[in-house]
Amino acid sequence: MSTTAFTLPAAHSNSIARTLRIFLTEARFEFVRLLRTRAFSLAVIGFPVIFYLFFGLIMNRGEHVGSVSVAKYMLGSYAVFGMVGAALFGIGGGLASEFSTGWLELKRASPMPPLAYLVAKCCSAAAFGLVIVSILTLMAISIAHVSITLPEYAQMMALTLVGTIPFACLGMVIALLVPFNATPGVINMVYLPMSFCGGLWMPIMLLPHWLQKFALILPTYHLSQLVLGCFGYTTAGSPISHWLGLIGFTLVMLGVAAIAYRRLEQNS
Amino acid sequence: MSAVLDHIQAITFTASSAAVASLSHITKRYANGVLALDDLSLTLHRGEIVALLGPNGAGKSTAVKLLMGLSAPTSGTVRIFDADPRHATTRLRTGVMLQVGKAPEMLRVREHINIFRGYYPAPVPYADLVRAAGLEGIESRMFGQLSGGQKQRALFALALAGDPDLVFLDEPTVGLDIEARRGMWAEIRSLAARGKTVLLTTHYLEEADALAHRIVVINKGRVICEGTAAEVKSLGAATAGASTSRTLKIIRCVTDLPKATLLAIPGVTTTELKVGVTVISSTEPERTLRELLALDQNLHSLEVQSPALEDAFLALTSN
Repeated sequence: MSTTAFTLPAAHSNSIARTLRIFLTEARFEFVRLLRTRAFSLAVIGFPVIFYLFFGLIMNRGEHVGSVSVAKYMLGSYAVFGMVGAALFGIGGGLASEFSTGWLELKRASPMPPLAYLVAKCCSAAAFGLVIVSILTLMAISIAHVSITLPEYAQMMALTLVGTIPFACLGMVIALLVPFNATPGVINMVYLPMSFCGGLWMPIMLLPHWLQKFALILPTYHLSQLVLGCFGYTTAGSPISHWLGLIGFTLVMLGVAAIAYRRLEQNS
Repeated sequence: MSAVLDHIQAITFTASSAAVASLSHITKRYANGVLALDDLSLTLHRGEIVALLGPNGAGKSTAVKLLMGLSAPTSGTVRIFDADPRHATTRLRTGVMLQVGKAPEMLRVREHINIFRGYYPAPVPYADLVRAAGLEGIESRMFGQLSGGQKQRALFALALAGDPDLVFLDEPTVGLDIEARRGMWAEIRSLAARGKTVLLTTHYLEEADALAHRIVVINKGRVICEGTAAEVKSLGAATAGASTSRTLKIIRCVTDLPKATLLAIPGVTTTELKVGVTVISSTEPERTLRELLALDQNLHSLEVQSPALEDAFLALTSN
């Protein structure tokens, strides 16, 4: 490894270092930008916190269904609700606005590697996801005395990072297809029904049978089942089927985004 | 003095005519069938400021997008520094200022500038950029808090961040007050003086007149005329109907003479009555004036002007 580094021409290794620095700078300032945009940061952190407080902690105080603590079960699903919101609004909202104002075009004309832009958006959304899930976990531990082991927390964090990707792709598709002014509305129209039908607000078993079938095509369902699985709850379907569900959804979204992007490019 | 300098610069271009950027025989047809560029060729040389003029929808921004490698031509070739404009190495040598509705508003001017400086291996020192773009004192403001003119200046700084050899400026001085506009003009001139090439699109004909070594007028996707400001003006005058166009002058006065009499005066090509003022174009202004003053003893409010670039532009792009 070190020998290859030595044999690289100085200019080349400089450019690798510069590229790496560009990726880091883009990600850092995208996160800072989102944090400073109160309309985003307050809503995206506030909603899951308030929802979890009401529905997970206050309404079901100390309740257990069988051996399942409701507060802990709800932590899993509201964590998914939170990270999905961060991904959809962070990427969908940001991309739509920068696309419509011509900022993205200026970035594309610059020597910035295009991937740095997307990676920065994805990482910032994931970082928000981590913050939201950590806050919810702290609430669960301090208010409802839910016991969460370190491995459980670590798995939840890992799922937040990976789980951002399918929703980032969905956000990208919305940004590319929907006129800028309509983006926040359309994101909500997708986000809220998808959360309900995916079993994020109430356990999937309590939904009508036909909705449970419909949930199979929803990434929210698959991701929440994976999170609940890492808490040791019995889930509908095997982990493999949920991973396949998420990967399939991601691929479909990437395909749609590619087609939409090509169509826009040809007419711009 | 400046005319002499311009002349000297004009000579150096033709001598060292290495093409910095070129569009050759470009046709661009969008997927919706709109023909934006129609066999357009354009070459930019080292150290020159070229203004691209044309009415809305003439194909200016399409041409600029092709040069920036943001879009591919239907046919023809685009070369920048003898390479593909889409290559990352080409982009390291170009800087762009586009008409951006909104840059991310919650980042400070300083942060925006440093993000862009980070894209280049040898960026312009931060303090120099801030001075060149006139951003002293507003570096800590969020982009969203800037006035229209300040935003333009911040975007100008981003275009110059990498010390590029070729700069595209799309309507750079929109929203600037007169002082700021002159300041930006001075910066643009100093870029050219350092051997950089500047391609400017503008709606302010005055700006093209003041800055550009060469003006390219395009309409309906074609180059309809190309030359120095003086050449474009005289071409426009020729289109407007003057034969020996170099000496064309516009004479304004208040006179009672009928149109037929005016047209009979030697040198007069056109005459028009605009809110009580008669506007006469003449290719032999001295002769015309002598005759005119002899014919109408009561003539008053006399003005004699050279045709403006605007007149030439309108003459060239009408029909």
